[in-house]
Amino acid sequence: MEEKLRLMLKAAQQAIANAQDLEEINKVKINYLGKKGELTRILRGMGALAENERRSYGRLANKIREEIEEVLEKQTNVFKNKEIQERLAAEKIDVTLPGNAFYLGHLHPVTTILYQIENIFLGLGFSIAEGPEVELDYYNFEALNIPPEHPARELQDTFFITPNVLLRTHTSPVQVRTMEVTAPNIPVKIIAPGKAYRRDDDATHTPMFHQVEGLAIDRQITFADLKGTLQVFAAEMFGAGIRTRFRPSFFPFTEPSAEVDISCVMCVGQGCRVCSQTGWLEILGCGMVHPRVLEMSGYNPEEVTGFAFGLGVERIAMLKYGIDDMRLLFENDLRFLTQF
Amino acid sequence: MRVSWQWLKEYVDIPVGPEELAEKLTLTGLSVVGIHYLGKEIEKVVTGKIQKINVHPKADKLVVCLVDTGQETLGQIVTGAPNVKEGQVVSVALEGARLAGGMVIKPAKFRGVVSQGMLCSGSELGLTTDIIPADQAHGILVFPSDTPSGQDVKTLLGLDDVILELEVTPNRGDCLSMLGVAREVAAIFKQSLRIQIPEVNPQPNEIKEYVQIEIEDVALCSRYVARIFKQVRVASSPLWLQNRLRAGGVRPINNIVDLTNYVMLELGQPLHAFDYACLKEGKIVVRKAKEGEELVSLDGVTRALNPGRLVIADAKEPVALAGVMGGLNTEVNSETTTVLLEAACFHPQTIRRTSQILNLRSESSNRFEKGVNIEGCALSAHRAAQILQHIQAGEVVAGIIDQYPKPFTPRTILLKTERVNFLLGVKIPEEEVEDILSRLNFQVQRSRSEPSGQASCLIVKAPGYRPDIEREIDLVEEIARLYGYNQIPASLPFGTTTRGRRVGEQEMHAKIKEFLISCGLNEVVTFSFINPSVFDLFDLPPESPYRNTIKLQNPLHKEQVALRTTLLPGLAEVIQRNFNRRVTNGAIFEIGRVFYPDSKQSLPEERIMLAAAGTGQTLNSWHQPAIAIDFYYFKGVLETLFAALGLVKISFVPSLKEPGFHPGRTAQVMVNGNQVGLIGELHPDVLENYDLPVPVVAFSVDLTKLISLPGKNKNYAPLPHFPGINRDIAVMLPKDIPAEEVYCLIKKTGGNLLRNFRLFDVYQGEQIKRGYRSLAFTLNFQADDRTLTDNEIAVNVEVIAAALKEKLGAELRKGRLEAYPTGGT
Repeated sequence: MEEKLRLMLKAAQQAIANAQDLEEINKVKINYLGKKGELTRILRGMGALAENERRSYGRLANKIREEIEEVLEKQTNVFKNKEIQERLAAEKIDVTLPGNAFYLGHLHPVTTILYQIENIFLGLGFSIAEGPEVELDYYNFEALNIPPEHPARELQDTFFITPNVLLRTHTSPVQVRTMEVTAPNIPVKIIAPGKAYRRDDDATHTPMFHQVEGLAIDRQITFADLKGTLQVFAAEMFGAGIRTRFRPSFFPFTEPSAEVDISCVMCVGQGCRVCSQTGWLEILGCGMVHPRVLEMSGYNPEEVTGFAFGLGVERIAMLKYGIDDMRLLFENDLRFLTQF
Repeated sequence: MRVSWQWLKEYVDIPVGPEELAEKLTLTGLSVVGIHYLGKEIEKVVTGKIQKINVHPKADKLVVCLVDTGQETLGQIVTGAPNVKEGQVVSVALEGARLAGGMVIKPAKFRGVVSQGMLCSGSELGLTTDIIPADQAHGILVFPSDTPSGQDVKTLLGLDDVILELEVTPNRGDCLSMLGVAREVAAIFKQSLRIQIPEVNPQPNEIKEYVQIEIEDVALCSRYVARIFKQVRVASSPLWLQNRLRAGGVRPINNIVDLTNYVMLELGQPLHAFDYACLKEGKIVVRKAKEGEELVSLDGVTRALNPGRLVIADAKEPVALAGVMGGLNTEVNSETTTVLLEAACFHPQTIRRTSQILNLRSESSNRFEKGVNIEGCALSAHRAAQILQHIQAGEVVAGIIDQYPKPFTPRTILLKTERVNFLLGVKIPEEEVEDILSRLNFQVQRSRSEPSGQASCLIVKAPGYRPDIEREIDLVEEIARLYGYNQIPASLPFGTTTRGRRVGEQEMHAKIKEFLISCGLNEVVTFSFINPSVFDLFDLPPESPYRNTIKLQNPLHKEQVALRTTLLPGLAEVIQRNFNRRVTNGAIFEIGRVFYPDSKQSLPEERIMLAAAGTGQTLNSWHQPAIAIDFYYFKGVLETLFAALGLVKISFVPSLKEPGFHPGRTAQVMVNGNQVGLIGELHPDVLENYDLPVPVVAFSVDLTKLISLPGKNKNYAPLPHFPGINRDIAVMLPKDIPAEEVYCLIKKTGGNLLRNFRLFDVYQGEQIKRGYRSLAFTLNFQADDRTLTDNEIAVNVEVIAAALKEKLGAELRKGRLEAYPTGGT
């Protein structure tokens, strides 16, 4: 009996060693350990043995079964491993082929810059106000302290619809409209982004363009606050290293008025073609709201003060992206638009 | 305004160089936009007298000049210039000389004759026709014949100067003069001015015998000063005077005109010289033009004068457009012997109107528009008289006529230093405030008896040349700019905290834009202007409401004469432009305003529209097919967009008669029963009009309408506990039955176990009857309380199939029935 079992173990070990693949291993398993296998057959002959013999042979048979199973498993793993390796090798792909293309569109660069500007001022507590693009002379000029025949009208060559109705030449009318509905309440803190129109057409002017107007009115707004606010804007927009310079200027609706330059983004202030060798780039106009403008819109300039500013979105987009002709922005060539 | 460095230095000491001066001026309010070193390239160009002109032995068009340039021997120079004569003094570029533009002169041979240099034209010295006569610019520049030889031409022509080009803001008309700029320089550098203008022959009052002056409208002409020059000899001005004018950008004409221009550049007061002999009855009347009057202005143009234009007239007719331009009938010419000189002060607005209406701008009108110094009229007339004497161009008749009905009284402005410091956010001591104002020639007095009795107060009076100073804030600005904007600290406003936010509409627009770019559409921005002829390209009928546009009175281009009423033509143009540039695939969109006339009010109605257009397909790649940018692409974009915006009850209704659109491929876009837009392919005729050989799909949505529609609140629906079952069915039915009808019927008859269904295939062709098509749906059934049995499903499908058959004549296709479970939890 014992001899039989030992011979079977040897034979099984041999068969496992000879097996070439998983299938053959399985066959071996069935041949030796299956319901009709060798082991069962040998054990069936145990019934004739004595109780104690049966027990000891039973233990031996179990041990041999375990031994065979162990070898089987080992060999099975070897084959499984091999099979997996082969499969993985066969499944290899060229990971350098390009992935699926998701054709995302692009926002217009003016929109992108506009959103950047808006977000800076939203963060400073300014809300967004809007107004009509076709305006009354009153809101575009008169209420901004630009009476008829004022020479400042010359600086803004205007498209007229009727003698009294025009395409707004700046977003400043929104200042007036906002003050009219808010006065005498304070504070007012708005920006007014939008389109404006002037009769100009060259590499740095288009008849339609975008501006962002800003207005803050409160009890203690100072010129220093204007400077601080715009310095924050410049640093957020162009980077912390940017320097600003305030130059006296003239706008009928602000006083004192200023033009703000930033150190040239191209040459870092060294002087180049973009900044006409000055090292400075003009980016916006601003000032303290003129008392007459406050009065006309229902505020008492003895009680409140304010500042206002206006900046050209295209100008900033051109500086940020190095665009040298403003008209490109409105040609809408997809090869241009998809660069942003 | 062009400011000559040399000239400026005559009035004030400048402790810095031109570059630093430019910087200082810029930072105090006079923006310097250019610094021009006039003759910086010119070297070794001298005067030379042409002693002899010989013919060139081998060339008809060349001559050989022997020129005395002050050296021991005469120079031999070959020239082709037609205007050379013996005895002329000309400018000679000797060997090694450099000209404007950097050209270096070398000896050369012209057809065998050696030329030791070159005779120069004005333009070769950088002088252009706007400042010298054309024959001198293009031909050889000729000097007065008494000019010594061998003189440095650069010095002689004032080309060793530096010009600062100033951009003067409209409020600072006073700085349109050398004197005004000198005053600023003096204030900035704490220097004193040097200028002395003596009164020339003030007595006795002989002038009265010559002329009578009458101002009819004192509001429009607040002062009129006249002087008479007699025994005038009209000739060229001396070189120094010409140089000054050229430095200021004014072309010399003759000594009388030149001296008026000189005084204008120097003092900012425009002067006019009339040929006295042409003034009828020795009379000057300042009045409004009468109906039907005309004047030929100095530029030779006949100007019809509307009543209301301010003119200078003699006893009979207009002789000048006041403050804008003189008349040809009284022009100073070579025969003139007596001159009436005018120095007046006209109302800025009336001058601006006149020059605007006549489209006639002059140095004079530019200054009057901005306001000239009413106190300076007589002084300017004296200055002109002084120069007349100095250049010996005539004699000054004693006496002056000065009509000055309401002499200037300076405005008194109260200024509190406290207010200055508050507004600027600074702490400037009162002494410094006083100092700054005094430097600007403001009279400043201290007052302790200020009405409020608290803060001390300054009483300030501005000089006559500063009409822009009207109230306290104007003084604050003066102090700020001289104190230095860049000295003022920076702070952030404090006070009530405010919340910055976008309002609903702005939020929605931003969301739509972000969504559309994620669908592959590119944002474009087109002009709000259109040419109404685009409506013809779009085949819009004459009665189309889109044709009712708002017109511009003064368009810039003929393509931009009206405001758009729809965004689509603009987008079609963009597609066309890209197509012509071989960019043939792509989709674009725009959000912008359109404008409709509103008869009830003066301003038009502005509506915000979204429009898109697309053509071609997305690019295919090795791993994914191209997707056509067609009707269904755009429809999907809109459906998904509306869902993202929380809009409900969206439908697309076939629209057969939409002008410009393909009648079989266009639908009205409906939300909740309201039409909000249109989607479709452009009509082949329209495509042809745009020269587009490919289909273009487009949509347009009225966002102003859309925002007014209610959205859906998002409410959570519990996840199913039991698995659902999917069942695919395919039905065959006549192909002109819209899918929408099949949808509705399935929905209606599916019962409450049918949770959703989707169309996954549309098939026409083999195996399908002609005129029929097969629609294949996946139906999803689910119950909340149990797992459904095949039997239950079969019953439901049966009901649906029966209804489709009965109502639409649809046949259930065999062999396409199968069921498979879907997930529960």
